[in-house]
Amino acid sequence: MTGVIELATIWAFIIAFAVFVYVVMDGFDLGLGILYPMFPNKTDRDVIMNSVAPVWDGNETWLVLGGGGLMAAFPLAYAVLMPALYTPVIAMLVGLIFRGVAFEFRWRTTQSERNLWDLAFTGGSLLATLAQGIALGAILQGVHVEGRHYAGGWWDWLTPFSILTGLALVIGYALLGATWLIMKTEGELRDKAYRLSWWLLFAMLGAIGAVSIATPFLHVQYTHRWFSWPNIIFTAPVPIAVAGVTVLLLRSLENKWDYQPFFLSLALFALSYAGLGISMYPYIVPQSITIWQAAAPENSLVFLLIGVSVLIPLILGYTSWAYWVFRGKVRPESGYH
Amino acid sequence: MFEGWDAVVLARAQFAFTMSFHIVFPAFSIGLASYLAVLEALWLWTGREVFINLFNYWLKIFAVAFGMGVVSGIVMSYQFGTNWAAFSDKAGPVVGPLMAYEVLTAFFLESGFLGVMLFGLKRVGPRLHFLATVMVAIGTLISAFWILSSNSWMQTPAGYAVNADGQFVAADWLKVIFNPSFPFRLVHMVLAAYLTTALVVGAVGAYHLLRDRHLAGPRVMFSMAMWMATLVAPIQILAGDQHGLNTLEHQPVKIMAMEGHFDSHPNGAPLILFGLPDEAAAKVKYAIEIPKMGSLILKHSPNAPLAGLDTVPRENWPPVPITFWSFRIMVGMGLLMLALGLFSLWTRWRGTLYQTRLLHIFAMTMGPAGFIAVIAGWVTTETGRQPFTVYGLLRTVDSASPLAAPAVGSSLLAFVIVYFIVYAAGLTYLFRLMAAPPHPGEEGPSGETPTHAAGITPAVGVTAHGAAE
Repeated sequence: MTGVIELATIWAFIIAFAVFVYVVMDGFDLGLGILYPMFPNKTDRDVIMNSVAPVWDGNETWLVLGGGGLMAAFPLAYAVLMPALYTPVIAMLVGLIFRGVAFEFRWRTTQSERNLWDLAFTGGSLLATLAQGIALGAILQGVHVEGRHYAGGWWDWLTPFSILTGLALVIGYALLGATWLIMKTEGELRDKAYRLSWWLLFAMLGAIGAVSIATPFLHVQYTHRWFSWPNIIFTAPVPIAVAGVTVLLLRSLENKWDYQPFFLSLALFALSYAGLGISMYPYIVPQSITIWQAAAPENSLVFLLIGVSVLIPLILGYTSWAYWVFRGKVRPESGYH
Repeated sequence: MFEGWDAVVLARAQFAFTMSFHIVFPAFSIGLASYLAVLEALWLWTGREVFINLFNYWLKIFAVAFGMGVVSGIVMSYQFGTNWAAFSDKAGPVVGPLMAYEVLTAFFLESGFLGVMLFGLKRVGPRLHFLATVMVAIGTLISAFWILSSNSWMQTPAGYAVNADGQFVAADWLKVIFNPSFPFRLVHMVLAAYLTTALVVGAVGAYHLLRDRHLAGPRVMFSMAMWMATLVAPIQILAGDQHGLNTLEHQPVKIMAMEGHFDSHPNGAPLILFGLPDEAAAKVKYAIEIPKMGSLILKHSPNAPLAGLDTVPRENWPPVPITFWSFRIMVGMGLLMLALGLFSLWTRWRGTLYQTRLLHIFAMTMGPAGFIAVIAGWVTTETGRQPFTVYGLLRTVDSASPLAAPAVGSSLLAFVIVYFIVYAAGLTYLFRLMAAPPHPGEEGPSGETPTHAAGITPAVGVTAHGAAE
C-alpha cells in the first residue's frame, strides 16, 4: 500500500508539473491574444503572431497531457472534476478552437476577414483564459461529491471567487504576453510592451493579493494550512519571495532589460502556483478526494511512470531545440508567413 | 431548452458529431505527413525542383488541416471526462495510460517538430528540416498506434481484471495493448488514411490537369496518387476482409447487424446486398440477396451455419439500420477506389494517364471518397458495438456523466455552431489553396522561396556529401 501512496504523490507532482509547464508555455501565448486589441497595426500583429506561430501547437499539447494524465493517474478526480467544471471546460475548448485556427486562417484571407480572425484570436484567448481561471477557482472552493460521482449542478462553479480567479488569470497571462513581447520584439512595439507590463504588473499584484485574502475564507482548512504554527514557517517564505521577485521585476522594467521581465513574471506565476499547492495538498478535489483516494491502481501508475521518466526529458529536449531554432527578435520583414 | 431529452442520447450525439468532424483531419494528416516526407526525400535525392514545389504546396495545406485537427482533438481528450465521467472512472486505469502514451510519444513529437517543418527550412538547412518532416510523419503513425489500441481494447477487451471499486485494471499490459482486434484495426485505418490522402492529392492533380494537362506539378502528383490508389485499394479490401473475419470471431453481433442477419441460417447464410432493415419486424424488407454468399465470405464455405440476431437478447442489439447502411457505404467507396486504381493503371499502360479526361473527372469526383469511407467505417464499428462502451462489460447507459440534459444539449449546440463556422472557413481556405496549381518557385508557409536560400544548391550539396561518405 505504501507503494501506491508514494506513487500517488509522485504522480501529483507530475500532473502539477504538466499543468505548470502548460501555464508557462501557453500563458504568454494566450496573453498575446488578450493584448491583441492594444496593437491595431497590422505589422505589429503579424510580428506578434509570428513570435508564437512555430511553437503554439506544442504549448497546447501540455494541456492535453494535463487532461490525459489526470484521466490515467487520477481517473476518479478526472471523472468528478470534468462534470463539475462542465461549462468552463466547454467554454475553454470553444475558445481554444477559435484562437487555434486563427493562427493559420488569418494568413489565408483578405483584410476584412483577417480582422474577423484577429477578433476570434482575441475572443478565443480571453474566453479560454477566463475559463481556466474560473475552473481553478471552482476547484479551490470545492465541489459537491457523493460516492464516486459529482452531485452538483452545471452552474455550481459560478461564484464571486471563481470570477475573481478568472480575472486574475487574464491579468497574469496578459503580463506574461507583454513581457514575452519585450523579449521577442524591438522598437515601438517593445516600448509599448514595457508600458503595458508596468500596468499589468501592478494589476497582477492586486490580483494575487485579492485571491490570497479571499482563499482562507473559503475553508477553515486553508486558514489553518497557511497561518497555524508551525506551518507558517514554511508558508511565510512564499509572500516574502513574491515581494522579492516584484522588486527585481520593477528594476528590470526600469532598466529596460530584455529577458528578465519575462522570466521574473514566470517566477511570480511559480510562486502563486506553489501557494495553490500549499492550499490544496493533499486534496485533488479540495476537501472531498485526496490524491490517494483518486489514484489509479498501482500497475497503471507504474506503467505510465516508466514512459514519463524517459519521455518528458526527451520532450523538454526537443521542445527547447525548437525554441532555440526560432530564438531572437522577430522582425517584420523576416515573417514566417 | 433540452428539458425532457435523454442526456445519454445527447452525449452520444455529441461524441458522434465531434468525432466525425475530428477524424477527417487525422485521416488526412497521417497520409499527408508521409506524402510530404516522401516528396522532401525525393527532392533531396534527385534535386528536382518539382518535388520541392509540390512539398511547399502541400505543406501549406497540411498546416491548415493540422491546426484544425489539433483543436478538434483537444475537444476529444476532454470529452471523456465531461460527458463520460463514469466510463473515465471505471476504464480510466486502462484506457487513460494508453492515451497518455499517445500524448507523450506522438502529440509532442508532432507539435515539437511541426514549427521547424513549417517555418524552419531556412534556419536549420535541408537535412535537419527533413528530419523534422520525418518526425512529424512518424508522430502521426505513433498516434494512430495508441488511439487505435485504446479503441480496440474497448471493442475487444483483453488482459484486464476488475478491482474492488469496479474499475478495470490492467493484468497484462501487452495483452491490453495488443488486444485481439488491434492489429487489424490499425492496418485498416492507416491504409484508409493513405488512401484518403491519395484521393485528395489525385483529385487536386486531376482538377489542374483538366485545365492544363502539361503542368509538371499536377502531372507528378496525379501519377503518384494513382499509383497509391492502384496498389493500396486492393490491399485495403483484403485488410478489410481480414478485419471482418476478426470481428466475426470477437464481436459476432456486430457482423449480424452489418449483414442484416436477423435470422439464423443453419445451412448457409445469404449475402444481402441491399434492403431495408426493420428492427421491429426483425427482418430486412425488399432484400436483394445472393444465396450462400454470406457464409462463403465469412466462413469460406457456402453451407456453413451462421447465427443471427434471433440468438441475441433484444437489449443487446446494436442499431441495425445504421450499422447495415454505413457498412454498405464504406464498401461501396472501397469498390469505387479499386475501380479508379484499375482505370488509371489501364490508361497508364496505354500511355494516356495525363490525357484521359474521363479518368480525371472520375478522380476529381472521388476526392472526398476517402473521408466518406472513413466516417462510414467508424460509424459501422462504433454503432455495431452498441449498447456497450467496453464491449460486453460496460453498457453505454452506465458510462455517462451525472449531468442533466440541458447541460449536454447546450454544449452540443455550442459545438455544432462553432464547428460549422470554423469548418466552413477552414474548408474555404483549403479549397482556395487547392484551386491554384503548384507553380515553379512555390513558397512554403514561411513565405520564403527556398530556391533563393536553401533550395537546389544544398540539395546537390547533400547528394555530393552523401556520395563522399
